[in-house]
Amino acid sequence: MYRYDEFDHDYVRARVAEFRDQTQRRIDGALTEDEYKPLRLQNGLYLQLHAYMLRVAVPYGTLDSRQMRTLAMIAERWDEGYGHFTTRQNIQYNWTKLTDVGDILDALADVEMHAIQTSGNCIRNVTADHFAGAAVDEIEDPRPTAELIRQWSTAHPEFAYLPRKFKVAVTGSPNDRAVTKAHDIGLRMLRDAQGNPGYEVIVGGGLGRTPMIGKVIRDFLPKADLLPYLEAILRVYNLNGRRDNKYKARIKILVHETGIEEMRAQVEAEFERQMREEGGPLVQPDPEQVRRIEAYFAAPDFADLPATSETLDAAMAADPALAAWVANNTSAHRAPGYTIVTVAIKGTGEAPGDATTAQMNALADLGERYSHDELRISHEQNVILPHVKRDDLPAVFAALQQAELAAANAGLITDIIACPGLDYCALATARSIPVAQDLSERFAEPARAKAIGSFTIKISGCINACGHHHVGHVGILGLEKSGIESYQITLGGDHTETMAVGERAGPGMSADEVGPAIERLVDAYLERRANDDERFIDTYRRLGADPFKHALYAA
Amino acid sequence: MAKEFKPKIVSANDLNIGDVVYMNSGGGWTRKLAEAAIAHTPEEGETLMGRAEPQQAKVVGPYLADVALDDDGRPFPTHFREKFRTRGPSTRPDLGKQAANPERREPLAASGGI
Ligand code: SF4
Repeated sequence: MYRYDEFDHDYVRARVAEFRDQTQRRIDGALTEDEYKPLRLQNGLYLQLHAYMLRVAVPYGTLDSRQMRTLAMIAERWDEGYGHFTTRQNIQYNWTKLTDVGDILDALADVEMHAIQTSGNCIRNVTADHFAGAAVDEIEDPRPTAELIRQWSTAHPEFAYLPRKFKVAVTGSPNDRAVTKAHDIGLRMLRDAQGNPGYEVIVGGGLGRTPMIGKVIRDFLPKADLLPYLEAILRVYNLNGRRDNKYKARIKILVHETGIEEMRAQVEAEFERQMREEGGPLVQPDPEQVRRIEAYFAAPDFADLPATSETLDAAMAADPALAAWVANNTSAHRAPGYTIVTVAIKGTGEAPGDATTAQMNALADLGERYSHDELRISHEQNVILPHVKRDDLPAVFAALQQAELAAANAGLITDIIACPGLDYCALATARSIPVAQDLSERFAEPARAKAIGSFTIKISGCINACGHHHVGHVGILGLEKSGIESYQITLGGDHTETMAVGERAGPGMSADEVGPAIERLVDAYLERRANDDERFIDTYRRLGADPFKHALYAA
Repeated sequence: MAKEFKPKIVSANDLNIGDVVYMNSGGGWTRKLAEAAIAHTPEEGETLMGRAEPQQAKVVGPYLADVALDDDGRPFPTHFREKFRTRGPSTRPDLGKQAANPERREPLAASGGI
């Protein structure tokens, strides 16, 4: 885990003090809302439908048990006893009072956390593969890169007022769990023919109103050149990105309108210019600092264990529920005898990503005791225990059952992503959580969900697509039509390295039509799949949209 | 023919809590839509907004929202977004205005608290 240095500490404390003062001046009437709003947004504080919402950054989704306990404490002390994990690997509190926000930010600073750059037209919290440092398929841990980018982008004076917000994601694995192709910049770590580490640099991806799949701007960027190259991309964007139209201001539109060839030429020219600077690019990090960051992410001291666990095998033989959970919610770890646990924050009928204080505390305890004091937030709104001994899985499962967090549905049809939608969000055009709850109940039967297999449903409450609906196998977008909530279904999306934007299936439908329509769609898939292992997305690609559109609208 | 004017109320969010509030006929703020002052004409709407806008130290973002009137002349929301704003999250009946003890989130800046 990265630990703040003196600069980080001082910076975060100074920002809290400054924002506390600004907030007090707003309360006292010295600042108008027009003056205060940009300040509060820079500190992660939004005004939503029913209350203020505070968005707290969890850098690249990594946190320790002490930090998780603080998140739990904040929910209990200053909020309504729960928090919402988001697709940006952040946590949001839905009931923040203006008068409490300074105290909350101080409590966060105590554990090296903050809410800076979680809003506004700046470089936002960097996201990364939630299996970082643990995944068996990993080339390199992406977090030192993400931390380097965090340090470079935090309060970067040149990029504080970009044409629009800017999101960077990093993966260290060829299996892309970080949705890199839907980010303004996506970085995929790889090695060249000589085995030197570097990145494939992807630019101009994004969801929202105009979904675009990112394009490769550089096939291989040596690791050491990262910051000058990012600086070059940001400079070209800052200069040429459209500021006249909010809907055309993201870098994806610039890449689209400029063309990737021309964009590449401009970026490379700026990159070369920096490389020619006397003494090297100004932004080049001190190698000592890079080593320091890398040291923080050194792999924990894994025990020397056999690959299989007799304890676990015996427990699974005796407990089918444990066996089902292990089969579904654990992933291959790079160290023998260890596994990665996905704790699905997706109980039947629950709001995706909502965790109570008690649940967060339980997760903190489990992380501390069984996972080298590490936890992760995934963009799928789940919590990951990245380094668990297979021997410990029965105990972990038992504790999760106690905390009502033992849903064995990671990656299944009920592991639904849903944004807050019109139940909270001021920008929403329709609700998303109730749709997710209805679907999770319809497919709650474990055997049925298991039979359906890998299936992603992603729901957004407006065109901004925080729920990633474009890249769900099934995407659901809530809109308003003639004064009622209406849901548009897209099919065939894919959020992985084979990213695809879903196709609109047909006209919108009302909230109560969505559930039955998805059930018909699933039945149509089960009837048509070539075999039990053919995922919905594969059947869809093989057969095309027609049979599924037909099923959706059959009623 | 001029478009028929739909009755309106002024809604906003309380400065300190962010809670939904409505302007009452005294130019103060209430958490209950039933107590909101109603504009029956565009001019009355402008007057209400004229009283709301200077109250920056109490509320955030006042705006005119359409309402319909029941038989007793009390306003109720016509748009689903406004309907949710009178209640709270539809998925959490224990929170927001709809909660059993909605006053626990007092004091409001808009009612002179803090
Ligand atoms: S997608 Fe729209 S409704 Fe959902 S959280 Fe984002 S802005 Fe709000």
